Amino acid sequence: MRNIQTKLNRDSFHVFQANAKNALKQSGQVPSVLICAGTGCIAGGAMKIYEVLKEECEQRGLRVYVGLKHDTDEEKSLHVKMSGCHGFCEMGPLVHIEPMGVMYIHVKPEDCHEILERTVLGGEIIDRLVYHLDGVAYPHQADIPFYKRQHRVVLENCGSSDAEDIEEYVAKGGYAAFEKALFEMTGEEICKTITDSGLRGRGGGGFPAGRKWEGARKQQTEQKYIVCNGDEGDPGAFMDRSIMEGNPHSVLEGMMIAGLAVGSDTGYIYVRAEYPLAVTRLKAAIAKAEAYGLLGEHIMGTDFSFRIHVNRGAGAFVCGEGSALTASIEGKRGMPRVKPPRTIEHGLWASPTVLNNVETFANVPLIIRNGVEWYRSIGTKTSPGTKAFALTGNVVNTGLIEVPMGTTIREVVFDIGGGIRDGKKFKAVQIGGPSGGATTASQEHLDLPLDFDSLKSIGAMIGSGGLVVMDEDTCMVETARFFMEFTQKESCGKCVPCREGTKRMLEILDRIIANQGTLEDLDLLEELADTISSTALCGLGQSACKPVQSTLKYFRDEYLRHVVDHHCPICNKEKPHPTIEADKCKGCGKCRKNCPMEAISGTVKQPHTIDPDKCVNCGACVSICPFGAITASKEG
Amino acid sequence: MREDLTKAKEIVEAYECDPSNLIAIMQEIQAEYKYLSEEALTLVAEELGISTARVYSVATFYENFSLEAKGRHIIKVCAGTACHVRKSQPIYDAIHDYLALTGKRKTSADGLFTLETVACLGACGLAPVMTIDGEVHAKMTPETALALLEDIRNKEAV
Repeated sequence: MRNIQTKLNRDSFHVFQANAKNALKQSGQVPSVLICAGTGCIAGGAMKIYEVLKEECEQRGLRVYVGLKHDTDEEKSLHVKMSGCHGFCEMGPLVHIEPMGVMYIHVKPEDCHEILERTVLGGEIIDRLVYHLDGVAYPHQADIPFYKRQHRVVLENCGSSDAEDIEEYVAKGGYAAFEKALFEMTGEEICKTITDSGLRGRGGGGFPAGRKWEGARKQQTEQKYIVCNGDEGDPGAFMDRSIMEGNPHSVLEGMMIAGLAVGSDTGYIYVRAEYPLAVTRLKAAIAKAEAYGLLGEHIMGTDFSFRIHVNRGAGAFVCGEGSALTASIEGKRGMPRVKPPRTIEHGLWASPTVLNNVETFANVPLIIRNGVEWYRSIGTKTSPGTKAFALTGNVVNTGLIEVPMGTTIREVVFDIGGGIRDGKKFKAVQIGGPSGGATTASQEHLDLPLDFDSLKSIGAMIGSGGLVVMDEDTCMVETARFFMEFTQKESCGKCVPCREGTKRMLEILDRIIANQGTLEDLDLLEELADTISSTALCGLGQSACKPVQSTLKYFRDEYLRHVVDHHCPICNKEKPHPTIEADKCKGCGKCRKNCPMEAISGTVKQPHTIDPDKCVNCGACVSICPFGAITASKEG
Repeated sequence: MREDLTKAKEIVEAYECDPSNLIAIMQEIQAEYKYLSEEALTLVAEELGISTARVYSVATFYENFSLEAKGRHIIKVCAGTACHVRKSQPIYDAIHDYLALTGKRKTSADGLFTLETVACLGACGLAPVMTIDGEVHAKMTPETALALLEDIRNKEAV
């Protein structure tokens, strides 16, 4: 640790801050190479690129800086940094070169030599590694349509900073909000600022964060807790993962401010088991903040103490529900309990608890630092600020995006996402994962603004922010079944509607997919869905039927293909129809006369044949054949 | 054969025998022994001073805990939404067939591989993905997935 003899107090924090800012300025004089070290790019080989680049630099006698540059040496040097997720995961591994603002995609270790030689030292752009769209090259990140339409606030530092460098975080304004809150604001004032900003919980519910904090602040209990929900269980969403990996200090700072606001000295971050890198980065960030005296006892010489623990989940979707999550932290089965009492009264260890998700906490320092006015200038009136979304599925540009609240689905899917892959037709977007609903390709749905309230009007919800785009080759019944299978598997089993109901619904959906369902099955599905929604114990159970309900509403024709036609052109590629075995057929003509579609032809006493294009697979011929010569289709 | 539980005991003690750390303790024990044996669970209950029923109830609640010994290499095919719409199921089926798994069996007869699914690794941009021993493999097809397993099998045979 550089120049750290004692823990920081307010004055030495200012010195540290000034030095960091200065060093950041000096670092700007030196070219830097940023390698995206998000889970996606690491899987693509980002670590190898980092190693090779460092090696190449050493061979050239270039000085490689780790962390910010503090000296003013003029000698040839550069930064090689690992940053958080840049968001453009589809194109990874990504390498970013500053100050040119160049971004290279699909970089391989063997490209490193050339990147260093031609771009970093030569100032030349390597066309081969540049992102191309419709024949146009986009060498600069800022010009790429995927980024151009975004408004990155929470994710701003994710792709441009070294996630593990606390100094860089401070240089870019980090911990200034906490310092301001610690010395200049009362708990009441902090709560009021958050309330006035209109910040709503990013985990799905959209509950006003300020009201939650104020509620916990007013509790007359000595011990209170701050809990950060990083159990991003919605399959197809990874916003919180990227924030925890790419900007862990922003989460810590948000929690510390919450601690100040409500009078709590302990925080817990619950991270799902599938995110080992997030756990590592958070733990490293906590250790650094502690080393500088920003976390721990008597922070900056005041009476305020705050500690943060990281808990790893063990693979249970239900733990994303507040009361299940706190039970899991306590070392118990993660099962939700009946509310009220609410978490702010009776949360972790039965104490008042503020529970927000990762993205919500990451918004807090920005609001305190830049003010309520600034925050309210982004987004809509009832949903201010931005929202991060994970754009995935059959879309050209998958990745992590951040847009102002109120951006339309059309802008996200077509302008940022670049439309549908392989020139296929757009069918639907599933918003909010297994707890959300599907929107259609209708104009009305496409122009729907993404915010907390608009989506509720069509039975969907913003959820944590997973947007899964589906093309014409996706059967919506099959998609509904997929989500039902997921919620059924993840049902904790505590309440009957969810435990038994989802199982029955899954059985019905299985039957429908196998083309053996009936029209009554659709009514039964609706009835079960209504019952579960109104009687399940927790929010996850209540919303478990949303995918089925919304697909039944907007994609009923696809259900009808399965239960009336007994044939889905997507699920059953080959059209099913019965076949006549020529050696058994006596040519009696019974099937021909009884076929409602006139699909059977043949002359008397000669084997008959079925025209697959006309056959609707009704099965009439199968039962009427006196010789057992007609076998039913396998799929029917 | 009785298991050597010295390590397990050390883990429990490192957590100061605090029952609220039950999940973390079992995670570490599983990381060490690859699964949670009956003996290990009994030891945890004794050391923490809680009933074996409670330990068992927590161990069986969470997906990540395994009460059975697993294969030497753990394959996890992502079954998240993004991977699903980009056709991850055929990959799972291909591996399932390749390992000749039937019924509820998840581990191949030679004890080399265990096949599991995972509900989203958060690497949706690379869908469909699978992990082998924690290492992420991107943009898989049934063919490339089987080639990876074949590679491991060949290496193990040497």
